[in-house]
Amino acid sequence: MAAKQRLGRLEPSALLAVLVREVVNFSSFWRSSTFSSTVDPTIYLLAFGFGFGSLVSQVAGYNYIEFIGTGIVATTVMFAGVFPAMYSVFVKYQFQHTYDAILAAPVDTEELVTGEAIWIATRVGIYGCVPVLVAMIFGLDPSWGMLLIPLIAWLAGSGWAAFGIFIAGRAKTIESFAYWQSALLTPLFLVAGTFFPLDQLPTWAQVLGNLNPLFHCVELVRHAVFGFRGWVDLGHLAFLIVFAFISWRLAIRYMERKLIL
Amino acid sequence: MVRNSKSSAIKLRGIVKRFGSITAVDGLDLDVPYGTCVGLLGPNGAGKSTTMKALTAQVITDKGKIEVLGYKLPEDSKQARAEMGVVPQLDNLDTSLTVEQNLLVFSYLYRVPASQRKAAINRALKIANLTARRHSKVDKLSGGMRRRLLIVRALLHEPRLVLLDEPTVGLDPQVRQELWALIDRLRSEGVSILMSTHYIEEAERLCDSVTIMSHGKAVAIGSPKELIRKHAGTEAIEVYGAPARLTEVEAAARKRGWSTRRTGTSISILHSKGKVAFEGESRATNLEDVFVLLTGEEIS
Repeated sequence: MAAKQRLGRLEPSALLAVLVREVVNFSSFWRSSTFSSTVDPTIYLLAFGFGFGSLVSQVAGYNYIEFIGTGIVATTVMFAGVFPAMYSVFVKYQFQHTYDAILAAPVDTEELVTGEAIWIATRVGIYGCVPVLVAMIFGLDPSWGMLLIPLIAWLAGSGWAAFGIFIAGRAKTIESFAYWQSALLTPLFLVAGTFFPLDQLPTWAQVLGNLNPLFHCVELVRHAVFGFRGWVDLGHLAFLIVFAFISWRLAIRYMERKLIL
Repeated sequence: MVRNSKSSAIKLRGIVKRFGSITAVDGLDLDVPYGTCVGLLGPNGAGKSTTMKALTAQVITDKGKIEVLGYKLPEDSKQARAEMGVVPQLDNLDTSLTVEQNLLVFSYLYRVPASQRKAAINRALKIANLTARRHSKVDKLSGGMRRRLLIVRALLHEPRLVLLDEPTVGLDPQVRQELWALIDRLRSEGVSILMSTHYIEEAERLCDSVTIMSHGKAVAIGSPKELIRKHAGTEAIEVYGAPARLTEVEAAARKRGWSTRRTGTSISILHSKGKVAFEGESRATNLEDVFVLLTGEEIS
């Protein structure tokens, strides 16, 4: 008996196919997606930068516009990662039945989830640069470390995208997203050192803040722009890698439960 | 070709699938010999769709053996999926994309080599008779066009086996006939086909063999002609009348040991072997008679 060909896991051709589908689809909605992912952070930046910035000029040793400009990179990464993942994945399996068609082709759930996360992370890697560019217009000085922002945004974005797919995989209705948003995502958004430094908060809130992936992304972006701090930043990087890995595995597990009966 | 099952593209043995307390498939055996078209016939809820999904490992069965194109499932399902085409019951085309873009995406999903991609897409457009509409967005197509696109989307990689889940459900008779021609063409090219349907005429016209399912089990297997002869006899007497009269006729016929079935406004008497006891019209038996006799009259 001849040995039968057996296709492996995470095959490049399967990932490519999932990406091609996304890229071709993106050609029909890139305008709206790019608009919200770039205009939102710009509005935040202007509102807080000028609003708060007129009250406080220095925060944690930074000019406020510099502080917030780098912080908003991380929130852009979070929102542009987690929300499109939640909604588009839910819509694709529940309403469009796209995944039924993809899984009937030689693509496994693991490849499907990975491809979706890679694609969203790639978009986020680009969108994440917008707030820095806007902040530069308002006086943020360019630095070599800024060139790492797309990579940091990609890494953190892949974690948030996978986390969003995990939420979609657990959800029975699209309405249940409201719980995740109010109980988890909004607090994460606020307690991350984006708008105000964490060291002003009570200890318990600081501890929670340290468990927040967004905080580590904020710190890493800020240090990329204003100078890295050795081991501390490796710690932030490690946290983001672990976050992305756990979210990725959870997303696969819950999507498998959903898609394979 | 070294394969475990030399003669069957699909071989199911005793498959069981439960969803909680419901047993959707209950010990089903099924064979699709290479180069034939087999119909899976049954009322809604008989387990057809669950069976179809088990063939792509989108449903993992609790018991039984599944072999597709010689590959054991679920372990080697990915390889099997690479060599077959699946037409789903629900239209899941990307509606904001053009006809051609939909095919392009699936040429990647089905791993058509880059050098053959263009030719494969052109061929599919031609089979579906959509060459002139290649740049139209899917949401601008008619229902029949969409279904043709859905079918040829599964043919891009020239699969040896095609699964069709209710390929003509909800379509006009004209469109349905158009699709039958398309399916018949595949069959004539030697592609093995498994088609689930609850349209009797569809199975009668296209299938070499039919498996009738009821409550997750195969209740009859054979060619449409054999099944009709065996289960419905050669002739049916159709008696028309008021509901009270029909009930009376039904009881009388059953007393004589004949089978009956309600056909809306009339009652059909089967197996009466030409003995005319009631005033009615004689007609040839058909697969629908077999279907209703075997799967019951009540709508579950």
